[in-house]
Amino acid sequence: MEYELYPLGEDAVLIELGKEINLETHHWVQMITGLLEDNPPEWMIEFIPAFTTITIFYDPFKIIKAFKTNQLPYTYVCQQINFLFEQFNFDKSTQQRLVEIPVCYGGELGPDLDIVASVNQLTPEEVIQIHTSGDYIVYMIGFAPGFPYIGGMSEKIAAPRKESPRLKIPERSVGIAGMQTGIYPIETPGGWQLIGRTPIRLFTPEANPPSLLRAGDKIKFTAISFEEYQALEKRIG
Amino acid sequence: MIIVKKAGLLTSIQDLGRRGFQKYGVIVSGAMDRLAHRVANLLVGNEEDLPTIEITLLGPTIEFQQDSLIAICGGDLSATINGKPIGLWRPILVKANSELKFGACKTGCRVYLAVAGGFTVPTVMNSKSTYLRAGIGGYEGRPLRTGDQLSVGKTGELSNRIMNQLSRFFTEDIVEEKWQVNPMRFFEMKRGQAVRVIKGRHFHLFSKESQDTFFQNDYTISNQSDRMGYRLKGKELILSEKEEMISEAVNFGTIQVPADGNPIILLADRQTTGGYPKIGQVASVDLSILAQAKPGDRIRFTEISFEKAQFLYLKRERKIHELKLGIYLKYS
Repeated sequence: MEYELYPLGEDAVLIELGKEINLETHHWVQMITGLLEDNPPEWMIEFIPAFTTITIFYDPFKIIKAFKTNQLPYTYVCQQINFLFEQFNFDKSTQQRLVEIPVCYGGELGPDLDIVASVNQLTPEEVIQIHTSGDYIVYMIGFAPGFPYIGGMSEKIAAPRKESPRLKIPERSVGIAGMQTGIYPIETPGGWQLIGRTPIRLFTPEANPPSLLRAGDKIKFTAISFEEYQALEKRIG
Repeated sequence: MIIVKKAGLLTSIQDLGRRGFQKYGVIVSGAMDRLAHRVANLLVGNEEDLPTIEITLLGPTIEFQQDSLIAICGGDLSATINGKPIGLWRPILVKANSELKFGACKTGCRVYLAVAGGFTVPTVMNSKSTYLRAGIGGYEGRPLRTGDQLSVGKTGELSNRIMNQLSRFFTEDIVEEKWQVNPMRFFEMKRGQAVRVIKGRHFHLFSKESQDTFFQNDYTISNQSDRMGYRLKGKELILSEKEEMISEAVNFGTIQVPADGNPIILLADRQTTGGYPKIGQVASVDLSILAQAKPGDRIRFTEISFEKAQFLYLKRERKIHELKLGIYLKYS
């Protein structure tokens, strides 16, 4: 494994594991996520996994006090990271969760399904068929609480963003923007083409963890009817 | 209990932020001027991370229902209690039914009100900070409004000792401690001096001209600036070659440059990740000065090495630690 370390301010170190978004780099990010979750270093406050990087936050003053080091805290942390990576057996295969996300496609919950179909010369049914048959992976969570950056959508259903963004996209909307598909956990403005909505909540502040999805999860979209959507939404509340 | 008689422009409950949930896209939030927040808490005998009220430009009117030990730190918004001007950066004991008001903004723009015992609001994801955009934490996930009532937590031993000492002079409706913290002792920087910036990891991707511009020209804080970040206006910064960036973590004080060339300084309510090139990172010790800057203010950047910045960070932390010990000893 090759990596480079960079400071991100006085209390964080960014670990760069690759220069482009691909599954191999993502796999490294996931393995280090697993390592940090199972053996959190004493000096770590938290970490943020992203496409090609993991950033670890630390408390420089606590490091000086707790470890009585004369080094700069950043130097100390870098040494610890190098040591941790040397000791760790990276051959272990990481556990991937599969999360099923039921979606009611089209109609008033997915007002742009027809647009996505027509720009790709497909029927709405074909768009649904392609969207539900993809192998998706959550590369990272960011932008908004619980918002997954999802990879793996077929280019057959790619669609440009709306020319003028909507002021309000309802929470749990499933959309397409360019080559990406995504789900809005909370109501926000946005320019995505909305193809459906899920009754499942992606972000629940009272829950631990508050986010349904984690980086590294596999996603399977399944189509449900409007009646099923209503029943599920009611049950979840 | 305190009662908000008038809300002010943007008055919210903040602490040192929500940590441990950024990997789920949950932002840190917390006080913009962390130094002022921490010192305000220490002055009333609280732990540094108890929630305070962050006040912005136009202050609220607040009534204290019981005798309270308070401290006000940060900018100078002409605070008065029952019409009498009061000092900043010191413990103040106020009698029940006193009214705290703010007036003209003299310096800075954010003020922190700490009360002994802290304000009692639910803890959401390890923090009592208000996450305004998601409507989470603080007081019902929103800024304080006229008519809100906030209860105050149980005071600790140190707070009680400070109150006891001050109450010996409690013939008036306010007792101000005679000494005060001089905030300048925490700053390595004089007024009007440039904000120190560590080169960001994408600094070298900017054109030579933009690299020079960044450290030589003035930037104005635009009106589209808030707790999330300050959008700056000035000479545009461009990359020497167009480059597709990959989203990665950002931090308090990260300066990123979107395609329009106008830098943005990310602050307390920043998103967890960003996809624009990072030209720099404001040194932590200068973040308080930045948090007190307002739209229309001009700033300039000067380079500091990462090593020097982390050294100054530790020096600042030691001073805060000394202040904490000093207060403890003074009232023991």
